[in-house]
Amino acid sequence: MILTKAQYDEIAQCLVSVPPTRQSLRKLKQRFPSQSQATLLSIFSQEYQKHIKRTHAKHHTLEAIESYYQRYLNGVVKNGAAPVLLELANEVNYAPSLMARIILERFLQEQEETPPSKSVINSMLRDPSQIPDGVLANQVYQCIVNDCCYGPLVDCIKHAIGHEHEVLLRDLLLEKNLSFLDEDQLRAKGYDKTPDFILQVPVAVEGHIIHWIESKASFGDECSHHAYLHDQFWSYWNRFGPGLVIYWYGFIQELDCNRERGILLKACFPTDIVTLCHSTA
Amino acid sequence: MAAVLESLLREEVSVAAAVRWIARSTQSSEDEPGEAAALSALGPLRKEFVPFLLNFLREQSSRVLPQGPPTPAKAPGASAALPGRPGGPPRGGRGARSQLFPPTEPPGAAADAPLARRGGRRRGPGPARERGGRGAGGPEEAVGGESLGWAGGRRPRGAGSAGSPSLGLSDPPNLSNLEEFPPVGSVPPGPAGRTKPSRRINPTPVSEERSLSKPKTCFTSPPINCVPSSQPSALNTSLWGLGLAPGCRSLQEEREMLRKERSKQLQQSPTPAYPTPESGSPLPSRTGSLTAEAADPARVSSCQRLKLVALVYSSCIAENLVPNLFLELFFVLQLLTARRTVAAKDDDLEPNPGALDPLESPLFQSVHDCVFFAVQVLEHQFQVLSYLDKGTLKLLAENERLLCFSPALQGRLRAAYEGSVAKVSLVMPPSAQAVSFQPETDNRANFSSDRAFHTFKKQRDVFYEVLREWEDRHEEPGWDFEKGLGSRIRAMMGQLSAACSHSHFVRLFQKQLLQMCHSPCGAGGAVWGEAPDVLSVLGADKLGRLRRLRERLVAPQSSGGPCPPPTFPGCQGFFKDFILSASSFQFNQHLMDSLSMKIRELDGLALPQHEPGDEDGESDVDWQSERRRFAVVLLSLRLLAKFLGFVAFLPYRGPEPPPTRELQDSILALRSQVPPVLDVLTLLRQGLGARRAVLTVPWLVEFLSFADHIAPLLAYYRSTFVLLLRLHRSLVLSQEHEGGTCFLNKLLLLAVLGWLFQIPTIPEDLFFLEGGQLDASEVDTVASEHGLDSMPVVDQQLLYACCPYIGELRKLLASWVSGSSGRSGGFVRKITPTTTTSLGAQPPQTAQGLQAQLAQAFFHNQPPSLRRTVEFVAERIGSNCVKHIKATLVADLVRQAESLLQEQLVTQGQEGGDPVQLLEILCSQLCPHGAQALAQGREFCQKKSPEAVRALLPEETPAAVLSSAESIAVGLAIEKACAWLSANITALIRREVKAAVSRTLRAQGPEPAARGERRGCPRACEHHAPLPSHLISEIKDVLSLAVGPRDPEEGVSPERLERLLGQLGQTLRCRQFLCPPAEQQLAKCSVELASLLVADQVPILGPPAQHRLERGQARRLLQALLSLWKEDFQVPVPLQLLLRPRNLGLLADKRPREWDLLLFLLQELVERGLMGRTEIETCLGSVHEAQWPGEFSKELATLFNLFLAEPHMPEPQLRACELVQPNRGTVLAQS
Repeated sequence: MILTKAQYDEIAQCLVSVPPTRQSLRKLKQRFPSQSQATLLSIFSQEYQKHIKRTHAKHHTLEAIESYYQRYLNGVVKNGAAPVLLELANEVNYAPSLMARIILERFLQEQEETPPSKSVINSMLRDPSQIPDGVLANQVYQCIVNDCCYGPLVDCIKHAIGHEHEVLLRDLLLEKNLSFLDEDQLRAKGYDKTPDFILQVPVAVEGHIIHWIESKASFGDECSHHAYLHDQFWSYWNRFGPGLVIYWYGFIQELDCNRERGILLKACFPTDIVTLCHSTA
Repeated sequence: MAAVLESLLREEVSVAAAVRWIARSTQSSEDEPGEAAALSALGPLRKEFVPFLLNFLREQSSRVLPQGPPTPAKAPGASAALPGRPGGPPRGGRGARSQLFPPTEPPGAAADAPLARRGGRRRGPGPARERGGRGAGGPEEAVGGESLGWAGGRRPRGAGSAGSPSLGLSDPPNLSNLEEFPPVGSVPPGPAGRTKPSRRINPTPVSEERSLSKPKTCFTSPPINCVPSSQPSALNTSLWGLGLAPGCRSLQEEREMLRKERSKQLQQSPTPAYPTPESGSPLPSRTGSLTAEAADPARVSSCQRLKLVALVYSSCIAENLVPNLFLELFFVLQLLTARRTVAAKDDDLEPNPGALDPLESPLFQSVHDCVFFAVQVLEHQFQVLSYLDKGTLKLLAENERLLCFSPALQGRLRAAYEGSVAKVSLVMPPSAQAVSFQPETDNRANFSSDRAFHTFKKQRDVFYEVLREWEDRHEEPGWDFEKGLGSRIRAMMGQLSAACSHSHFVRLFQKQLLQMCHSPCGAGGAVWGEAPDVLSVLGADKLGRLRRLRERLVAPQSSGGPCPPPTFPGCQGFFKDFILSASSFQFNQHLMDSLSMKIRELDGLALPQHEPGDEDGESDVDWQSERRRFAVVLLSLRLLAKFLGFVAFLPYRGPEPPPTRELQDSILALRSQVPPVLDVLTLLRQGLGARRAVLTVPWLVEFLSFADHIAPLLAYYRSTFVLLLRLHRSLVLSQEHEGGTCFLNKLLLLAVLGWLFQIPTIPEDLFFLEGGQLDASEVDTVASEHGLDSMPVVDQQLLYACCPYIGELRKLLASWVSGSSGRSGGFVRKITPTTTTSLGAQPPQTAQGLQAQLAQAFFHNQPPSLRRTVEFVAERIGSNCVKHIKATLVADLVRQAESLLQEQLVTQGQEGGDPVQLLEILCSQLCPHGAQALAQGREFCQKKSPEAVRALLPEETPAAVLSSAESIAVGLAIEKACAWLSANITALIRREVKAAVSRTLRAQGPEPAARGERRGCPRACEHHAPLPSHLISEIKDVLSLAVGPRDPEEGVSPERLERLLGQLGQTLRCRQFLCPPAEQQLAKCSVELASLLVADQVPILGPPAQHRLERGQARRLLQALLSLWKEDFQVPVPLQLLLRPRNLGLLADKRPREWDLLLFLLQELVERGLMGRTEIETCLGSVHEAQWPGEFSKELATLFNLFLAEPHMPEPQLRACELVQPNRGTVLAQS
């Protein structure tokens, strides 16, 4: 699912100020029926993350937190069973899971009088039944299960997707008889940076030599691709030479501009693989 | 000086004798008595002759060769061409000396006419060949006598003394130091004097002060390209004319008289005459594409004279009396391609009957003269030309002037071109490739701390980030390295705190340097020799256009003329700027250490001994690869040495030499205390002794080219230069004898040395040291008959790679073809050889003693490939042996350590005690086993080495040779392996055990269940189960629907729920794509789902009235979940969540409440052994403490009691109302 920048921009345009809910996703799928759901979800998630990064600070001022907390308290006093927190998050255009975190943090602060540790909060978000207040626990849980971009459940889904694609890639490599070292083996050898797979014998894909393959179970948009280039791909290149990145959910065509430099992008496992021929003579 | 040339031109002295005289101080028996007398009289002038000659030629040509850097425009009427330059012809000084050169011939006169007319004055029409004896007396004697007296006054300056290169250092009053003794009435050397635009060869008295008094700053062009007009000449005249040592007085007088003479002439002939008909236009554009004037052999003005000068000149070139062979060739080609005579509005060319000195009359009066002279010289230099690359040969052979003036030479050149295989490929600089990460040197074990390791990790990335940014942007206009990258580089360098980190970074830096700056990049490069072929196909008229297009497309950068300053072309610039921007003392020191070490290593590399008897077919293949190997080593060495020179002299370099003698002396005293960064003198001596000059000198030249102004004055470097000079003088190209240095090897050495002698910081007088000093001690080329020098290791590709400036010859010729006379031509880039061999393995250390000697002797009479094979095998097997020991013995010990540790943990409880202590205990038990390593290693080498040797040597190798080779390989491999093992095995075991201990202790921590045996997929599983991520998403959807908010039409069908659980089962059984976090999440979600089912909170799609699950369906789903928890989950399922207040609280919202499902679930959990009764009781107990609405609390209490009382299955329908009925027993009994 390789999109041109223009196609991508059209989708991204539709995602401005859309809350990360089940319903929004459904609408998006109806709007772009030709795109795969996974791609749309990935783009949605990335766009939403960009939105959150932009507005994060605004929601974390003392005034904002205080006002959210008061609104929450007023809301649950009226009706504890109503989706107070979720609606609050949607109303101020912030991720429900993150809003839940703000309120939970504020709540615990009031209870304990000391700022709660991050690990305590994370643990409570993962398992809201640990939250001492039953109403808040329900509200938080509701936020988490209704958030399709943030929260422990989403994190886990993303992790699982990543893992599944690595497994898929490994199978494909085995099937093609390409011997490789995986991340764990590389770490055991003491490599400081580890792509998903290093080929023990380099191959050529579409005429480009590749030494390593990185699997990315997401859509490659500009923002994430540049971050990956900086943190991962160039680091791999610096150590192992040119390589291949597979964005399983597609990428923006224009980003595949470092082929000559040694970073090749694909949206699927390549079919055009040339291996080194061993002469038997 | 003029006297010598005069003698030659008068044919009193034969050219051969003169050259002998110049080259050697002593007289040869070949000289005839008359010549000897004439020459010995001129003895003291010997060393001044060549510079005089060269400058004479440059002066003479100045008006014909307008190309070159812009020089100040000549004002009409100004005297420009031949004022008394230091090296210029001293005219008029000899008083009434008769005119040797006749007046200028009228254009179009027959070539032989001058000869005939001059016949009266000349002894005969023959050229220099004629050696008729001359009687004493006559004007010649007068000249000689005068010269003697003139020179005699100079004697105290040590000009004639052979031997000591003291160079006037000891002369107490240094009168020739113009700083100290400025000439009276002269213009002090201002900025104009300091920015002398080019290196001119001056007939300087040899003294070190010269370098002080005449700083050279500009170095971008050969003398010829930069014809200094009146301004520098006048300055120089004044500098030299006054207040000098007594010896100079006569020279000064001579100049003074000359000046008078010139002014006289000016007055006599106010109207300038033009030498050629075309020169009517006053100031023709210098760079425009002039249409070249056709050169006509019939219009040469004085063949005889030109022939003679050409012969002298050629002889000087042949004897290596000129500093730079290729510079002279360039000059000659400039003459060949001269377009037209520049309109010089002075009177030089005016025929001035009766008054002109023989040297006064211009040598080159027209383009015809230039071309004639050039062709004459080229004829003499044919041998050198024939070794140039194919493209240059083609351009020469196709030059129409050459054809016109010497069809014979053209024929030879064409034949040489046709026979040439010397295609030099023009390769674009490769794009960067990174140094690969090598765990052996780069992993954590090589760093002092985790922090250092991670810092270096980041640094590596920053380094490449900077490198890539440089690659992208350095050609952008306005981009500046320091501004763009400086602060980032310094920030990175600032993090390199530990010395060990510095060495890591330096290793990376150096490897990257070697990799990028001469990395093999054969693909994609055009081949030089091919370009003209392509062009000729296209047609000659398109040639110029195409060439210009190429110039624009390929590389606009000029390589800076035939004598470019040392530069850092292409990628090298990055490394240079990096060093400068980093400005880190520690980095520089580590870099110098590392570069020095690598240079020593490569310089000492055992490059093959070419066995003369080894000339069969296979060795030819070997020889090709040997040559490639040599090229790679040489280019690496040059690169490393260049950077070493750059860094080593960096602290001392400045644009100007020290201003005063005192300062210089104190700096010298100080600097002479400092040991050289690399003992180049010893390495040079060794190299010359072992006849490896062809390897050592080129890199040494690179190193020295970065010397600062003071360094060449230090005794140490001066000795180095003297050695190099001797070598230069000894490399006579025409002398070829068995076992001598190969022609191309010589050519390479001459080219690099010639280039070095033109470097501004190298004192220019150095080259013209009194010959005697050089003759005094011949270079010792002892012993080694078959040094590298006598092997054909250099080919044109390498020659041009090392000396890209030789390509200027070709550019010059090409620009002639294309019709553009500008010097912009620059399609030459750094030539990189298309070699692919790696630097190869170092020779392994050889054991001492008789066995080693025997082994050496064994190899002596074997083909070199045998030795290489054996050394290679030993090296590899030795290394493999170590790896094998690591993988077997050490790995076994680590496993033992792990099991010992497990025992320890069992006996001592989970904590197992202090890890450090544990490690000590384990190591003390295990390390002694390391002793086995040596025995096992020996065994390994004994087994593997012979196999490898046998596989690699030819089948036909005699059995005895084979077995000897095998045993030597075994011995060397064992030596290598055991040396390493005995030194490192204990540390290795310790390290590995330590890693294992920390691994085990870490794994001991959380989630012991996860470590338990995990079942994989069942056999024949095709992995078609739904993906875990998909299932989590699905369940999340259901949960979010259940928790709400939801639209009225939203809901789940019971079938969907059942299908979901079915899929969950499949996924849990396939496990192909399942990772622990996903499984944990699935477990958690399934428990949440169970809670919602129990509380009847799942919105069911279906008939509007229903909207809830039937009890039976709910039970079935719960059963399915129970079975999944029991059978399929391999991670712990958080079942206690079911009894958390939040989950139980879900029941509170429903009315009427139904408890039967919960009770059913709890009892099933107990029944299936998923939860213990006590565990449930504990959970329920804590739930009870929570705050609930009154009646819910009551119901809950009842449920507990019920659960506690009744171990059996509850009623399918247990409603809240029933729970609160007094007689629970009855209710239950009814079911």
